[in-house]
Amino acid sequence: MQRAKTAAAAATAAAGAGAAAWWLKSRSGAPENAERWLVVTVNRPPGELAAGLAPAPLARLPEPLAELGDDIVVEVRPAPGGKGTELAARLRDPRRAGVVDRVRGNDPRQQVRSALRDAKSLLETGEVLLPDLPTTRPTPVGEVLELATRRAGGEGRL
Amino acid sequence: MKALCWQGVNDLSVEEVPDPGIRNRQDAVVKVLASTTCGSDLHLLGGYIPAMRAGDVIGHEFLGEIVEVGPDVSRHKVGDRVVVCSFIGCGRCWYCENDLWSLCDNSNTNPGIAQAMWGYETGGVFGYSHAMGGFRGAHAEYVRVPYADQGAFPVPEGVDDASAVFASDAAPTGWMGADLGGVKPGDTVAVWGCGAVGQMAARAAMLLGAERVVAIDRLPERLDMTRRRIGCETLDYTATDVGAELRELTGGRGPDVCIEAVGMEAHDTGPQHWYDKAKQMTRLQTERPAAVREAIHACRKGGSVFVLGVYAGLADKFPLGAMMNKGLTLRGAQMHGHRYIPMLLDRIAKGELSTGHLATHTMPLDEAPKGYDLFKNKKDGCVRAVFRPAG
Repeated sequence: MQRAKTAAAAATAAAGAGAAAWWLKSRSGAPENAERWLVVTVNRPPGELAAGLAPAPLARLPEPLAELGDDIVVEVRPAPGGKGTELAARLRDPRRAGVVDRVRGNDPRQQVRSALRDAKSLLETGEVLLPDLPTTRPTPVGEVLELATRRAGGEGRL
Repeated sequence: MKALCWQGVNDLSVEEVPDPGIRNRQDAVVKVLASTTCGSDLHLLGGYIPAMRAGDVIGHEFLGEIVEVGPDVSRHKVGDRVVVCSFIGCGRCWYCENDLWSLCDNSNTNPGIAQAMWGYETGGVFGYSHAMGGFRGAHAEYVRVPYADQGAFPVPEGVDDASAVFASDAAPTGWMGADLGGVKPGDTVAVWGCGAVGQMAARAAMLLGAERVVAIDRLPERLDMTRRRIGCETLDYTATDVGAELRELTGGRGPDVCIEAVGMEAHDTGPQHWYDKAKQMTRLQTERPAAVREAIHACRKGGSVFVLGVYAGLADKFPLGAMMNKGLTLRGAQMHGHRYIPMLLDRIAKGELSTGHLATHTMPLDEAPKGYDLFKNKKDGCVRAVFRPAG
């Protein structure tokens, strides 16, 4: 039984490592274009966001984006088909970040992704949902997952 | 408080964990009156859903009493008895506004994990891995409910806990399969799986006007329960050729709508089962999709197949050719419970939808590991174990 549990744990660890590798590689099939716009669609009328941005755009941005100050450039445009408003941001001075930067949380694009997601949540719901406080205990597989969780708000396909 | 924690593969224990509290202004805290096992939990137990950590509280199907509300909760007050939808939806993103609640843009606090796995993330779920937000589960004395105005629903007078708890997940999941599968009056519908979700899908198909509903399983007690309590025909796939039976029952056409309510750990007869099992155990595929394959083959030309069972990643030997050449509509979803729960509670109250019989075993939360053993291993005719944290 113990052997079966160990084998299952090893398989789970391997799956976790595989998932982590896949996660890190997921956007790196081609070299990442650090200048690419990161975009969320906000389910609010275009006029509402545009009005919020004029006449001094950065001063009127939702707080998570405003906190990035002059580091980012922001664009607002209507989404087609009545899907709301596209809110786009990119770094003013983009730099290419490697896997190590991403794992360490030192990729500035992670901050932009998090800020865009938080801004969308604030504009749509009035709050940014916080995770539950953990009930977990440390394990080797759990540490890998903990790292992935810490970076999850700034990673992904945004 | 006490809670049922996932400790590792096939390892559950009841532990003391910190009480939850209000974390956002739109939260409520619910004292759990009843929670139930779900077949999809077995994928967590088996280690097939990788994003679990030792100590995570599991369980996602529950009802309870509101004991605390955040300052921005307006539709509920302390003391309300509510069913809580297993999926968390904000109610204001494009997906929620279009009744696609399980796809909520704002409720998954770990979007990057699921985006890497599936392209885009789902909404958050109670007690269902860090890929789905890492929220604490419902097999506990108390649960924090985010977006409580959207996700908690008052239980009508006269509906008991053991019936209402299934409006949290099993009933809306089954209903969604029939609804989004496109069941119309006069249709013949086949449902794979006679667990709680399969039974609810079969009943939903009947209530939506299907002329003939056939449910498929291998466990005699579940087949018997489905015939007696749901009132549809059944097939035992270990005793007959399901495809041939369905052809004979439908004048050679095949079912109009096929609903799969089995999931990634499907059992099957013959070498296909061992092939799938070996590939799943070695992580060369994450699914054992035998029921989906059979549904696609059995479905009539131009028919509809709806996948309700939970799948995590990649399936081998998927019959893409049958799907394309027969012109099938293949659809699946995690459940958009918010759009169905008030209607389902109303139907339960009116006696149109029977759910209480699904609770074959009721026990205190302390005995939850035993409940999962009964449920996972189909012991003692267990269809669902229901836990009562208050005893």
